[in-house]
Amino acid sequence: MTLQVAVAAALFVGVVAYALFGGADFGSGFYDLTAGGARRGAELRTLVDHSIGPVWEANHVWLIYVLVMWWTGFPQSFASAMNTLILPMLFALLGIVLRGSAFAFRKFAPTMSQARLYGTVFAGSSLITPFFLGTVAGAIASGRVPAQGRGDLWTSWLNPTSILGGIIAVGTCAFLGGVFLTADADRGGHAALADSLRLRTLAVGVATGVVVFAALVPIAQDSPTLAAGLEGRAAPLIVASALAGAGTLVLLFRRRYSPARVTAVVAVASVVTGWGVGQYPWLLVDQVRIEDGAGADATLVGLLVVVGLAAVLVVPPLVYLFRLTQSQEWTRG
Amino acid sequence: MAVLDLVQEVLAGQDPAGLLPARQQMALSLGWHIVLASFGVAFPAMIFVAHWRGVYRDDANALTLAQRWAKVSAVLFAIGAVSGTVLSFEMGLLWPGLMGPFGDVLGLPFAFEGLSFFTEAIFLGIYLYGWGRMPPRLHLLMILPMAVAGVVGTYCVVAVNAWMNMPVGFAIEGGEVVDIRPWEVLFNPGAILQFAHMWVAAYMVVGFLVAGVYAAGMLRGRRNRHHRLGFTMAFVFASVAAVIQPFVGHLLGLRIATRQPAKLAAFELATTTESPSPLRLGGLLVDGEVRYSLDIPYLGSIIARNSFTKPVVGLDEIPVADQPPINITHVAFQTMVGIGTLLAVAVVVYWFARWRGWDLLANRWMLRAAVAAGPLALIALEAGWIATEVGRQPWVVYDVLRTADAAGDNPDLWILLVATTILYTALTIGAITVLRSMSRRWRAGEEDLPSPYGPELQEPGVDERPVGS
Repeated sequence: MTLQVAVAAALFVGVVAYALFGGADFGSGFYDLTAGGARRGAELRTLVDHSIGPVWEANHVWLIYVLVMWWTGFPQSFASAMNTLILPMLFALLGIVLRGSAFAFRKFAPTMSQARLYGTVFAGSSLITPFFLGTVAGAIASGRVPAQGRGDLWTSWLNPTSILGGIIAVGTCAFLGGVFLTADADRGGHAALADSLRLRTLAVGVATGVVVFAALVPIAQDSPTLAAGLEGRAAPLIVASALAGAGTLVLLFRRRYSPARVTAVVAVASVVTGWGVGQYPWLLVDQVRIEDGAGADATLVGLLVVVGLAAVLVVPPLVYLFRLTQSQEWTRG
Repeated sequence: MAVLDLVQEVLAGQDPAGLLPARQQMALSLGWHIVLASFGVAFPAMIFVAHWRGVYRDDANALTLAQRWAKVSAVLFAIGAVSGTVLSFEMGLLWPGLMGPFGDVLGLPFAFEGLSFFTEAIFLGIYLYGWGRMPPRLHLLMILPMAVAGVVGTYCVVAVNAWMNMPVGFAIEGGEVVDIRPWEVLFNPGAILQFAHMWVAAYMVVGFLVAGVYAAGMLRGRRNRHHRLGFTMAFVFASVAAVIQPFVGHLLGLRIATRQPAKLAAFELATTTESPSPLRLGGLLVDGEVRYSLDIPYLGSIIARNSFTKPVVGLDEIPVADQPPINITHVAFQTMVGIGTLLAVAVVVYWFARWRGWDLLANRWMLRAAVAAGPLALIALEAGWIATEVGRQPWVVYDVLRTADAAGDNPDLWILLVATTILYTALTIGAITVLRSMSRRWRAGEEDLPSPYGPELQEPGVDERPVGS
């Protein structure tokens, strides 16, 4: 593996981690939004608060990691992507700002009506952020970000691959969020809540699975390079994703919530990795290869040092945090 | 759009369409984030001290303070995280001419900053949710990584800024950026002092603001131990920082004479090179002449150059195209120095009086001054930041890349600026409302605030009551 590809892989690990951990947090917003009125939704919203409260900020940092790795490792492509995709980037950013602040505000809101307002903002923006980030991924994967200068401000992200990317992002987030919330509810002894979440997660899972695989047809038309990768090198991952997704549905159906978390993570990780492998060796599909878009070697080595430090310094406490929040002990109260 | 075009023309002249809105946008979001960043740096250490006192000295008041400060920091850290994310997007959205060619030069410090931000976020999660769930002494230790990471993160971000002021670690050949040495950027010679100045400033701002909250409470008659302890602990942090800061600032200033003479000339309002140079208090540059200033002979040379004779280079020796906006830079600089000096003197007077046995906390004027110190420190922070950033203009990377060349050519950024202003205003209102509501509820005796939409609210007809009442 070349230095450039190693850094691209490290960057992509961040994308996958953000899709999984950030994705589960975003997905919780979907259930929060559809939980019903203040009284009916109280139990679910309290659950959302408990399960993402301790982790959402750590999960959010993956996005910063991706941005920093991108602009440091592949600066020119970062500038082109930001130039071309300024609109969806801004909408995603708006969602991120509103979501994080509204989530923090809701917890300490002075009145019920304000809590409701913040709650709606939090939940709504949990949907728009993954959608627009999905369109960004679609724009890059369909070859609409030029190597230099600016692509079309609108069609670069309003096209079949981008729109499907957005929908798939929202769907996978909701699916992950649902699986984790269901397991949390079950572990916390909220049996009725777990049951209702189970049904909704099953529905979301089926719908998302159908979209992911139906999307392959229009994507083949719209983005031939990506499609060739998906049907070729990435095919095993797509199959693995299908199997893990189906397995998750079966486990959910049989109320085996704990193992369902694992298969759900595998399903989403494989589909996201499938996209990355599918567009390899392109950094910006059809425009810039990873090898050609990378910055100075000395900087790439520096980035790998940071990644190594992160593996030693950040991953263990992160695992500890997840272990605490996913354990019986912290679920109470 | 005609009006916007006109405004653009008047304000920005021949610059690229994206330059002025990009600068304003960056100024707004950085100026806003810097306040929250200060809390991220200084608050964990203050919480640690309060928490330590609570655990090891069995001080219930201190423990309550630590717990409440932690909850405040949760809100501030959340909006600090999102406003920091805004900045990382903006680096690319607003400054493609900087991030394209120089992304791999300046990126490594940001990568380390990301690492420390990660650490902060993880341990904040553990610490906040560990209350009552972890053994007290282990729980106390969970805040230390946050405090350390806050310091490292600040160093990294300031290192990038210092690099913009004193660029190193690359060469330019035929218009191409080559020979990139990222570690030199991370450890660039300008970083340590500039970091120290910012670090100490964070303690001043947060210390004075927090102390001011308790001073305000005492003014309203809440003169219990909780308020006295809250005031004193925060005030100690602020005092130490306020006394150290003038020395750090002085050392930093000495460097500017050789590194950025244009910035120093603007700071000192030196129109011509005089030997020795006077210190100009106040004053504005009107039609090329200094008006309304009070000149103190020699002092300019002494302060800026550590010498009785060495001059401050005047603006007449610097091409107009390389001069920063003089008045903004000068006023911002003098505001920072003026407030800094005032606060340093004030804390010395306070501790001297306390040493002599006077109870200044009984004095209403002293309490009012303590309340004012927070906003003053905040103004000094913003002014200092304006002085260093505006003073660097017209360069984004000093002597290498002009700000105009870093900006994109996107006139629609004006719309974005308006939207951002509205959004940040709303965020500010939200944050203040929520923090006030927290303190109100703490006064009402509710220590553990329930989750939103808590089951307590399920009885009918209580929708408009405070959550958890």
